[in-house]
Amino acid sequence: MVGFRVQRTIRMGLKSIWLHKLRSVLTSVGIILGVCSVIVMLAIGEGLSYEVQEQIRQLGSNNIIIHSVKPPEEGNVATEQTRALKYGLTYIDAERLRSTIPNVEVVVPVRLVRRHIVHNQRRVDGNIVGTVPWYREVANRVLLRGRFLTTVDMHAQAAVCVLNEPLSRKLFPIEEPLGRIVRAGGDCYQVVGILRASSAKAGSAGNEPTAGLDAYIPMTTAEGRYGDIDMRRRSGSFEAVIVQLHSIIVQVPNLEDVTLTAKAVERVLRHGHNKQDFEMIVPLELLERARETKRMFNLVLGLIAAISLVVGGIGIMNIMLATVTERTREIGIRRALGARRRDIIAQFLTETTLVSATGGMLGVALGLLAPYLVTRFAGMLTIVTVSSCILAFSISVAVGLIFGIYPAYRAAAMDPIEALRHE
Amino acid sequence: MPIAELRSLVKTYQMGPAQVHALRGVNLAFEKGEYVAIMGPSGSGKSTLLNILGCLDTPTAGAYLLGGQDVARLGDAALSDVRCRRLGFIFQSYNLIQQLSVVENIEVPLFYQGWSARDSHHRAAALGRLVGLGDRLYHRPSELSGGQQQRVAIARAMANDPLVVLADEPTGNLDSATGREILAMLGQLNDRGKTIIMVSHDASVAERARRIVHMVDGRVVDDAVK
Repeated sequence: MVGFRVQRTIRMGLKSIWLHKLRSVLTSVGIILGVCSVIVMLAIGEGLSYEVQEQIRQLGSNNIIIHSVKPPEEGNVATEQTRALKYGLTYIDAERLRSTIPNVEVVVPVRLVRRHIVHNQRRVDGNIVGTVPWYREVANRVLLRGRFLTTVDMHAQAAVCVLNEPLSRKLFPIEEPLGRIVRAGGDCYQVVGILRASSAKAGSAGNEPTAGLDAYIPMTTAEGRYGDIDMRRRSGSFEAVIVQLHSIIVQVPNLEDVTLTAKAVERVLRHGHNKQDFEMIVPLELLERARETKRMFNLVLGLIAAISLVVGGIGIMNIMLATVTERTREIGIRRALGARRRDIIAQFLTETTLVSATGGMLGVALGLLAPYLVTRFAGMLTIVTVSSCILAFSISVAVGLIFGIYPAYRAAAMDPIEALRHE
Repeated sequence: MPIAELRSLVKTYQMGPAQVHALRGVNLAFEKGEYVAIMGPSGSGKSTLLNILGCLDTPTAGAYLLGGQDVARLGDAALSDVRCRRLGFIFQSYNLIQQLSVVENIEVPLFYQGWSARDSHHRAAALGRLVGLGDRLYHRPSELSGGQQQRVAIARAMANDPLVVLADEPTGNLDSATGREILAMLGQLNDRGKTIIMVSHDASVAERARRIVHMVDGRVVDDAVK
């Protein structure tokens, strides 16, 4: 018997909504948009954090990356300009890291030299990157064609290079690059492979204009050909800079050891450096920070969404109060014919909840469509999760229930005699 | 035993500082199968009496026995239940729910009794045919004439097979020919054994009843069986 009643109350509510289609839709516009915005915002947040995490993951969560940085200027600037400025990581640092820290597996030194790289008439401002054969594996880089540097290249100080994809496309827009010779500052290199560009912005020389245009050559070749002094043109004058290594990548086999090892690495490096001329990037820590940021982001989004849903709920309550007044006569009739107060409450609460649930469903439908449009037209990655849809929908139902209580209570509290007399 | 009995019923309203004595001790008993008209000028307390008889209002003092049960002191939910199972209402302005069809209107009391959709629909359709609206079952009240609407109201009042049917000026909004039609229908109901208590200020309407109660100033001044 109770089952019948619930079923028929719901059917009655649906009928009443259907009778006032336009009003019901307008009433639930707030809910529709609220639910839709919850889903869209969560989808955008999810997409953003996915991209960030993917970038960090490309750096390698097992890695600790150390970059040379120019220390903050100190002392007399005039004397500073006369001699070469020496700073950054050294071969000795690399060796010390390898020999003193027990759970370090691989140490990859990276030396960066900025040169014009030339093939025929094409001339590109790029980086000559001197490194070791295991760089590719440690830095998670994908070989597109040919081969990467080998130990044989190292021993022979071979004049070979591996281009990354953007550089190869600039130098060889149509020709086949493998086997060709490119020149860089008077030296010739044979192209032996193409590497996919890293999408990680925090990679080698991330803040330099030549970022992303790299030619990799054997470390030994780089040492022999370029030495340690790098001349840079800066605002009219030349500046001599001595930097042995621009980066060192330390790989730690066990993820659990990464944080501890990072501390050890810092201690070892501090020992040999009295200036702050290196910076450490620990992708694992970045990843954790990114997750933390995402949690905060979700919290803020959730708050905004909650506000919009409350606004939607108030819109529903407003209309339901008007509806209750408008239907005073009906309430009086129903009460006279035997409806108890709780029957009236059930009737109006069901109606409100159905309106908001219908709005919720439309909102979910819109929320599935909108991220697609965002991706299509704004080029942002969006990821709609099932849980965000369920969450948004259940909130919409809850909003209907909560904001329906007061109008339903008002309806039930009416005096039947007064209600019957209402015009 | 009377089907409904009022014992020294008093109803006092508080209107600001003033007390309004709507009923000043009414004693009435209605037997099963009676057809009673309650008459009186406006302000005589007949509407208040009908509200209390209809369990829409409770008396300030006194007892109201309906089917042997004192309902004068019942709470809201229990009164709703009494209305639901024992009483049928016919109003002057029909009081049909505008957005419901004829059948659905007749079904309303059955809904609150918890009937299943199929059973209540069958009964409502049968009652609709009984009052001569077999071809209008799925029309809205706004598509019906006043007389037809009042017939729907009669069918609705019969739906829960009540102990007493209460009619408040049932012909007040109708022209005289249609009014006679409705009164004839009430007469038929009474012939079949339904107890009918009707409030009217129209003597020609009250004529139809077998017993006429006159009220003045909250008191019964005349109670005559024809």
